[in-house]
Amino acid sequence: MPKDTGIGAATKRREDVRFLTGRGQYTDDIQTQGECAAVFARSTVANGKIKSIDTSAAAAMPGVLAILTGEDFAEVGGNPAGWLINSRDGTPMHEPKRPVLAHGKVRHVGDAYAAVIAETVQQARDAVEAIEADIEELPAIVDMKDALAADHYVHDEIGTNQCFDWGWIEDNRAATDEAIKNAHHVTTLELVNNRLVPNAMEPRCSIGHYNPGTDEYILHTTSQNPHLTRLLISAFVMGIPENKLTVIAPDVGGGFGSKIYHYGEEALVLAAAKKLGRTVKWTADRTEAFLTDAHGRDHVTKIELAMDEEGNFLAFRTETMANVGAYLSNFSTATPTFLHGTLMAGNYTVPLVYVNVKAVFTNTAPVDAYRGAGRPEATYSLERVIDKAAREIGMDPIELRRKNFVKPDQYPFASAAGLEYDSGNYDALMDQMEKVADKAAFEARRKESEAKGLLRGFGVNAYIEACGIAPSNLVGVLGSRVGLYDAATVRVNATGNLSVMVGAHSHGQGHETVFPQVVGEMLGIDPQSIDIVHGDTSKIPFGMGTYGSRSLAVCGSAVVRATEKIINKAKKIAAHMLEASDADIELKDGVFSVAGTDKSVSFGEVALKAYIPHNFPLEDIEPGLEETAFYDPANFTYPSGAYCCEVEVDPETGKVRVDRMTAVDDFGNVINPMVVTGQVHGGLGQGIGQALVENTTYDENGQLLSASYMDYTMPRADDLPFYIVDHSKGNPCTHNPLGVKGCGEAGAIGSPPTVVNAVIDALQSGGKNVTHIDMPMTPHRVWSAMNNA
Amino acid sequence: MYAFDIERPASVADAVAALGAEDAQALGGGQTLIPTLKQRLAAPSRLVSLSGVTEMQGVASEAGNIRIGGATTHATVASQVGGTYPALADLAANIGDPAVRNRGTIGGSLANNDPAACYPAAALGSGATIITNKRQIAADDYFQGMFTTALEEGEIITAVSFPVPEKANYQKFVQPASRFALVGVFVAKYSDGVRVAVTGASNEGVHRWSAAEDALSAIFAADAIAGLSVAADDLISDLHGSADYRAHLVKVMTGRAVKAAS
Repeated sequence: MPKDTGIGAATKRREDVRFLTGRGQYTDDIQTQGECAAVFARSTVANGKIKSIDTSAAAAMPGVLAILTGEDFAEVGGNPAGWLINSRDGTPMHEPKRPVLAHGKVRHVGDAYAAVIAETVQQARDAVEAIEADIEELPAIVDMKDALAADHYVHDEIGTNQCFDWGWIEDNRAATDEAIKNAHHVTTLELVNNRLVPNAMEPRCSIGHYNPGTDEYILHTTSQNPHLTRLLISAFVMGIPENKLTVIAPDVGGGFGSKIYHYGEEALVLAAAKKLGRTVKWTADRTEAFLTDAHGRDHVTKIELAMDEEGNFLAFRTETMANVGAYLSNFSTATPTFLHGTLMAGNYTVPLVYVNVKAVFTNTAPVDAYRGAGRPEATYSLERVIDKAAREIGMDPIELRRKNFVKPDQYPFASAAGLEYDSGNYDALMDQMEKVADKAAFEARRKESEAKGLLRGFGVNAYIEACGIAPSNLVGVLGSRVGLYDAATVRVNATGNLSVMVGAHSHGQGHETVFPQVVGEMLGIDPQSIDIVHGDTSKIPFGMGTYGSRSLAVCGSAVVRATEKIINKAKKIAAHMLEASDADIELKDGVFSVAGTDKSVSFGEVALKAYIPHNFPLEDIEPGLEETAFYDPANFTYPSGAYCCEVEVDPETGKVRVDRMTAVDDFGNVINPMVVTGQVHGGLGQGIGQALVENTTYDENGQLLSASYMDYTMPRADDLPFYIVDHSKGNPCTHNPLGVKGCGEAGAIGSPPTVVNAVIDALQSGGKNVTHIDMPMTPHRVWSAMNNA
Repeated sequence: MYAFDIERPASVADAVAALGAEDAQALGGGQTLIPTLKQRLAAPSRLVSLSGVTEMQGVASEAGNIRIGGATTHATVASQVGGTYPALADLAANIGDPAVRNRGTIGGSLANNDPAACYPAAALGSGATIITNKRQIAADDYFQGMFTTALEEGEIITAVSFPVPEKANYQKFVQPASRFALVGVFVAKYSDGVRVAVTGASNEGVHRWSAAEDALSAIFAADAIAGLSVAADDLISDLHGSADYRAHLVKVMTGRAVKAAS
């Protein structure tokens, strides 16, 4: 019997009432009396020397209030990288300054070198066009291989385009090389993990406000983590004391990673607000989103898999070039390293893993974490090379995976890439996938497709990822410059309803529905009496926000801990009210009772007593009922899954249609299965988008050719099948109180190789000897591959 | 977008007069022009909206022809032409998305002559007549290359007249991002022969494939073009497909159109 409330209930999302009725309050919806508008002057060349910027004509135009250039921020700090990565030789990565506005050089198309503040957006746009910038175009550095060989640099001061040359695990390098040299069979695959534009539906927007009376700043901004943004602005960029800066991220229309990061526009509107004493708003248009939001993926990889005669995996060796773009975005150095290399053992008992990653500066937009962040890259490389290996040795691809899976009795399992997996059962997921996908009837479906002149293929994938980011102690050792705990404050109001202030930020995840299900279950009260407060640094405890599928596993755990404190205190109050000992108080269905008696008080009565403490034991218990907890996880969580996909390929045109897509995931315990299913759906859409249609293309001059929806393909509803989603085979996480893992990124991690494997299977079934096609597998690419086979 | 004035004439005569002003620009459904203005890629001082000109609205059948007013939306064509000319209705029903179809007009599409638009293939493939405020122009004379037509400054497409074929079909292989035609082929069979018009493929814009027309006029069957090949020389090569791929698709889509023609 499904529950209708609390943990496990498919409660409808309460936030959808406002979103679906047009009553969401997004940053751009905020209108302040006397606000003015900022518009940026952005580079039209990928690499250029700023010789002069003449703003005099622009400054004289109607409505113009101020024009700021890089010169105005020359003394202001840079926007830092959040992780320090050391190269194999022990030297630290290169960290060129990322200024608020470009100064001296522009380094990618869209790089802002000036901003006009005017009474209206229209006036500011007009004035931007009147800025006379003399920018000498320099040869663009676009291709990563060329960048590493070039004698001119994105950042002249570091004298190289290589940010770092990282090895993981460096001590395993020689042994891995040896294993590959001596192996019975080695499968090699070179592949590209295509660059993606996040394409949140809501473009970025920032509003700066300054009160000269109190010297306080308020920044409304499209952020996934307002406290992190405040910390970066305060501690690194502008030096505004944290207690003088409030950052508010109201409703945010999708982030997918791109709104984790602090961007220069946020600092600029604050600086302009102070300079002018006016509220300054900037809203990106879609072109700016394409040009300046941090992009995702963009790896070029060679992977080798060594096997013995029986198909046992002996070693994986990976060489990757990872594009970081023109500047280091906040998590850009962690994504291709510790969020990628540490996953390169996959679900397998392989004894040796070695990963080499060279991060490369290019004259392109910064690249950073995007839904999955490093783990899709790892899974793609592994699951493609395993599929290729299965074909080479003539073994069924599922059998080859099963042969090498970590088995249920091996947990906790120390992977060859340095992580400790806490729980899982990959064979059980594969069994369930084969069942719910009706794999047994695949051959019959293939015949039906053949009768229509179409090639049907079956592709499979097994993934593991590390999320619930992250244990601070561990990531500190690995180079993180921040802690990755989260925090929650549970405030019981006098009338018995609750406000729960959380550090996580909901921009599609459904926290406003899910967190009350947890608290309601623990207290035995109606979740509808509990509201979540998030996104405002003046209201919430210091949390690290939402990314890395961390909200429930980390912030949800903090919510549990704070609620436990509430229960403990409430029991004391109840014991006093019932004239009993706290140890004898039981809480059930929202009622505190004395064990073995019929004496009881309700949760509401206890709440009222806490705030109207008449006849209250003030020497033992403080008034009020409000508790805060910080939670720092002991380990990552390790969701895993078995996915399969069936495609039909039109051999005449190369057009691929995904006919069936099945995702069986182990998310541990599930709080709201409907929300989880929705998260998987979204991830699958983005993963299939990456596999089939999405691609970010710069030409050799660094011009972004795919800079609008006329040329950048987003997956649409009719590109996608109805999904089979199953999360019934969860193995609870062993180290967080809810036993939850994390579901936000799984679909985007698991689906790309599944789709590619299916297309390769389809082509092979049609007698085409195609072993690999790079994503996106557009009709043109598939047709070309078939014709070159 | 830059500031502009807008006029909303109610008659063709008033529209023509309004377009006489310096820098004036006709506005059909705005599905190309408005995005262009938003990008500040055009700066007309005055827009003359044709959507209120009632004599340019609607669909009428007349002696084996179907006449569609220049300001008629794709959605109207999709819903009203199906009984008479199903291939044309089907084409209109698959242009863009519902918002585009309820704003965009046939006159706007033909005047713009985007090399990947659908309507030029229908007009050329049907041997339609483009009717303006000044004259009647045969489709074969009207299309003069990418974004180029026989229209003179200030000339307005008031209607388009399509001879109704015995059977016809349009096959569009979409460019995945824009969903314009990567290659679109319109095949129409008339008593005096077959016309084949290709959009999306060529640097010269919409054009006829005369070898296929000859073959299909002799035998109207997909096999009739089996021995033909399409030269890739003047075809478009871009992010979404090479010239060779487009050449291949022209033949595939032509065969499919012949098979599907009704």
